[in-house]
Amino acid sequence: MKKILVQGKVKGVILKSHKPINFLGTVNKKTGIISDETHDLFKKTIKDSILVFPYGVGSSVGAYTIYSLKSNNSAPLAMICKKVDLTVATGCALANIPLITISEKDFILLENDKKILLDTKSSNPITFLE
Amino acid sequence: MELTKDEESALKGEHGEIMQMAYRILVATGEATDAEKLVPIEWAHLSGVNYNTIGDAGEEFLSSISKHARVKVKTSLNPMGFDIDNVSNYDLNDNFISKQLSIKQSYEKMGVIPSFSCIPYEIFDIPKGGTQVSFAESNAAIHANSFDDLKTNKESAFSALASALTGKSPNSALRKETKPNLTIRMKVENPNELTYGMLGFFAGKVGNESVNISSIGNMDRRSCKSLCGGMGTSGTCAKFHFNEEETNSETVDFDEQELNKVYDELNTSDKGDLITLGSPQLGLEEISDLTIRLKGKSFKKRCMIFCPRTVKEQARKLGHINKLERAGCEILSDCCTCLTPLIKKEEVDSVTTNSIKGAYYLKNSNGVGVNLKSLSEIIKDETR
Repeated sequence: MKKILVQGKVKGVILKSHKPINFLGTVNKKTGIISDETHDLFKKTIKDSILVFPYGVGSSVGAYTIYSLKSNNSAPLAMICKKVDLTVATGCALANIPLITISEKDFILLENDKKILLDTKSSNPITFLE
Repeated sequence: MELTKDEESALKGEHGEIMQMAYRILVATGEATDAEKLVPIEWAHLSGVNYNTIGDAGEEFLSSISKHARVKVKTSLNPMGFDIDNVSNYDLNDNFISKQLSIKQSYEKMGVIPSFSCIPYEIFDIPKGGTQVSFAESNAAIHANSFDDLKTNKESAFSALASALTGKSPNSALRKETKPNLTIRMKVENPNELTYGMLGFFAGKVGNESVNISSIGNMDRRSCKSLCGGMGTSGTCAKFHFNEEETNSETVDFDEQELNKVYDELNTSDKGDLITLGSPQLGLEEISDLTIRLKGKSFKKRCMIFCPRTVKEQARKLGHINKLERAGCEILSDCCTCLTPLIKKEEVDSVTTNSIKGAYYLKNSNGVGVNLKSLSEIIKDETR
C-alpha cells in the first residue's frame, strides 16, 4: 500500500534488506552499523543510504534510536518500507527522514546499489537514475 | 490526511522547528492509522519517562527539545524509575539517578505536571463525557475509553508528546464509533482481580480496536484497573464494551481452560522472594482497603507497594502509611512495578504479585520468576 508518512526529496543509493529491522538494540546509533549477526545487513552501515526494508519491529523506543542516528549524522537519507509500523514512522518523523510505503510489486523492483531519486511530492515518488 | 492551512504551515516549519517536528509526528501517525484529520484534545498523558525504558537516546532527545518546547494543554506524566525519597535504600547507580533526574527536569521545563503516575484517571478530575484526550499509557487509555467516557487513541509516547505540544491528535478509529470485532463471554465463576487481569490479557490477544465482554459481573475499582492493565499488556486493543446482546457474528468464551492458559504463560514460580502490589499503581481506595485488611497482621517477607505521590501524601494524613509500614510494607511513589530497575535478577529469583501487567514485565524485562496470587491469597499466605 502506498503511503507518504514523512515528506521529503533526496537522491541516493539503495541499501536493501529482506528482513525487518529492530532499531533498538541491533543498530549502532553512533555509526549506523547493524550489529545483529543473523541480519542480512550485518556489519553494513545504513548511514546515508536509501534504506529499503519490509518494516520495523521491536519496542517503540526504537524511534529514539532513529533520532540519535540523525543527531550523530549516521542516519539513512530516506526509508522505504512495505508496511507501516509506528516505531519507524515516529522515528522518521522525529528525525525528519523521508519515509514512504510501497506495494510488494514496487518493493521487488528496488535492488541494492541502484541510484534513485525519492520525491514524496511527485505522483510517482521513485525515479531510477542512470 | 487533510490539514488546515495553519497545520500545513506548521508542518512546513513556519511555526518553528519544534512545532514542525510535532506535526510531522501527528501526520506520520495519522497516515499510519488511516485518520482523515486532526482533532483538538484537552489533556495529554505521556509515557517515555522511565530511564530504564527510554535510555540515553530518550534522555538526550528530551533534554534537547525541552530547551524550546512547551506543552499547550494539560499534560500529566507516567511513572519514572524510582522514588527519590527512598532511592538510597535500593542499589541504583549514580548514572541511572542523574539521567532519570535529567528526564524529570526536561518534562518539568516543558510544563508537564510531574504526576509520575500510570492512573491519571484516578488522581485527576475527569472532564465531561466525550472529551477528546491523548493517553499514551495503555492501561490509562483503555480505562479512559471504557470507564471514564473519554476518547483517546492508544497513543505512542511520541504521538502523545506531539499532542501535548500542539493540542491535537489524529482522528483515528478509536475516536469514532467503534464496533467490537468480537464478544468474549465471561464464564469463570467467582472472579477476583487476578481473574479480571487474566481476562484482560486474553482480550488483548483476540481484540482488534475494541472488544465486547458479556456477563462481566460487578467489578470493584481494583478489578477494573486489573482488567485494563491486562489488556494493555498483550495487544493493541484499547476499548471494552460491556453489552449483553451478542450482536457480533463472532463469540468466544473465557472459561477455566483459557484462564489456565494465561496463568501457565505468566506464572513461572510457586513462590516469591518478595511481593509487589501495583501496576497499575494503587489509588487511595485500595490503600485504605489494604490497611483495613492488614489490621493485626504483618508480612513475612518484603512487600513493595507502588502508588502516586499524591495518594501517598493523602494516605499519610489518614494514618494509613504508618500502619502499612508497621505491617512491613515499603511504600514507593513516582514509580511502579512495571519496568522497575529496583528489582534485579541478581538479587531476586521470583516475585509474588496480583498484577498481570506487572507479571508480564517482571518475567520478560526483569527476567525474574513470577508467582501469581490474588490479594486475598497474598494476605492469607504471606502474613502472620
